[in-house]
Amino acid sequence: MTSIVDSLVKSFSSFNLDIAVLLPVITLIGGTVIFLIMAVNALIAVYFERKISAFMQDRLGPMEVGIFGFKGGKKFWGGIGQTLADAIKLLVKEDILPNNADKFLMILAPFIIFTGAFLTFIGLPFAQNIVISDFNIGIFYIFAMSSIGVIGVILAGWSSNNKWSLYGSMRAAAQIISYEIPIGLSLLLVVLVAGSLHLGDIVQWQADHRWFIFHSPFTFLAFFIFYISTIAETNRTPFDIPEAESELVAGWMTEYSGFRWALFFLSEYANMLIVSIVASIVFLGGWLSPLQIFNIFPDSWLILDGPAIGLFWVLFKAVILIFIMMWFRWTFPRLRVDQLMYLCWKVFIPFALANLFLVSLWELIF
Amino acid sequence: MAENLFLIIAALVIASAFWVVFSPNLIHSAVSLLFTLFSTAGLYIFLYADFIAATQVVIYVGGILVLIIFGVMLTNRIDTPSIAASSKNQFIGGMGAFSIFVIQVSVIFNTPWHIGTEQSRDSTVASIGYLLLNEYLLPFEIISILLLAALMGAALLSRRT
Repeated sequence: MTSIVDSLVKSFSSFNLDIAVLLPVITLIGGTVIFLIMAVNALIAVYFERKISAFMQDRLGPMEVGIFGFKGGKKFWGGIGQTLADAIKLLVKEDILPNNADKFLMILAPFIIFTGAFLTFIGLPFAQNIVISDFNIGIFYIFAMSSIGVIGVILAGWSSNNKWSLYGSMRAAAQIISYEIPIGLSLLLVVLVAGSLHLGDIVQWQADHRWFIFHSPFTFLAFFIFYISTIAETNRTPFDIPEAESELVAGWMTEYSGFRWALFFLSEYANMLIVSIVASIVFLGGWLSPLQIFNIFPDSWLILDGPAIGLFWVLFKAVILIFIMMWFRWTFPRLRVDQLMYLCWKVFIPFALANLFLVSLWELIF
Repeated sequence: MAENLFLIIAALVIASAFWVVFSPNLIHSAVSLLFTLFSTAGLYIFLYADFIAATQVVIYVGGILVLIIFGVMLTNRIDTPSIAASSKNQFIGGMGAFSIFVIQVSVIFNTPWHIGTEQSRDSTVASIGYLLLNEYLLPFEIISILLLAALMGAALLSRRT
């Protein structure tokens, strides 16, 4: 795989720039691309979240705000400008720091969470050649970088000097650390079978054999363990006990407002996109077309594998997974803390460990 | 350019480690440790050890540091100076620290460092796995037994009887 950074270096090489100029320029371009992806993702995802929740509850959702005088139709596109207006509102809001808060840490915490999500995007491929920088240890890098955010969550809760924030961050820390284990174990399954940590190699294995979700009963189970654990990892309902509105106001985000709260929001939706893309690449064939698997239209233009079509399939699979997350949110009631821990330690981890053992046997036999 | 980057990262490691020791507030020390551990991962990348760098972040930043911050957060009276930065036996401690410093400096200057040419490897993971399960299998297994014993000991200690 050639990454965006590689092709930028290649295209800038004709200018004979000094490396001291070239490196910051390329870093800046890559960073801007990631920030744009995160911002656009949050804008679209928040709108869809509100609309989908509204339709599931037989409401209309946001209907008033349009873009540039375009008011949209009667139903779905009715409030198309709502999230843009919300974002501008957030940026001009008053920035509040409580008197007894630890001000340095309270300012630092959102940036740690944001950095965790931001760094993850560097190694995340959107299609065969659309990745900011291609890592040999791709999936391990993503796993490592997504574990930084939890420190920001703990610090945000502690530095706010608020009992709800502290409860929220304690719950968040326990939950995120616990659910990292089944996620790691089910990813290990795939690494074991594919024999590589490189995401391009993992997709190539799936192109040569079959998608990992169909590989064996154990990887089929591992996909669901992974997916449910990632919902817990991103703190979404039914696992949203760290910010449970009805008990903890807003959990660890209670004292935040304005831009810093917007950073939390941005990272939360960015994490949703990250875990969905990772799930679709690792288990659902990534940029491979599903039509190729079922062989519906053999040798037709539909299975062409260019970067644009690859991007389409990755995003298509990720959007379906995000939609299911939203569907879950408006379907299931919130779990209690003990139920959450029971699910992780007594259900997911034993099953994931047994999975790991059985898939090794499967690989030996077949 | 690479040298400047290395100097920046090394300075970050030293400055944040300094702040870990001298910060008057325990939780600020713990946060400063985040920067120390993270920039140490950066130093590993300069050695082309990408797998070790990611492991450093997973284990130290994502695991141990979270545990430390958790523990510090639950400590009473974090801000009082008595538990944060009190020092006793300054003379003996200073002597000990100074002698360790002298030993380390002499080791640094007396070691015949191997200076190789820069080479990038395709994948470090394969060779790490191969070495762990062939040449260094016994130390690897002994470490896992030690960790298992520590795990069981922690579970036993934290149980309310």
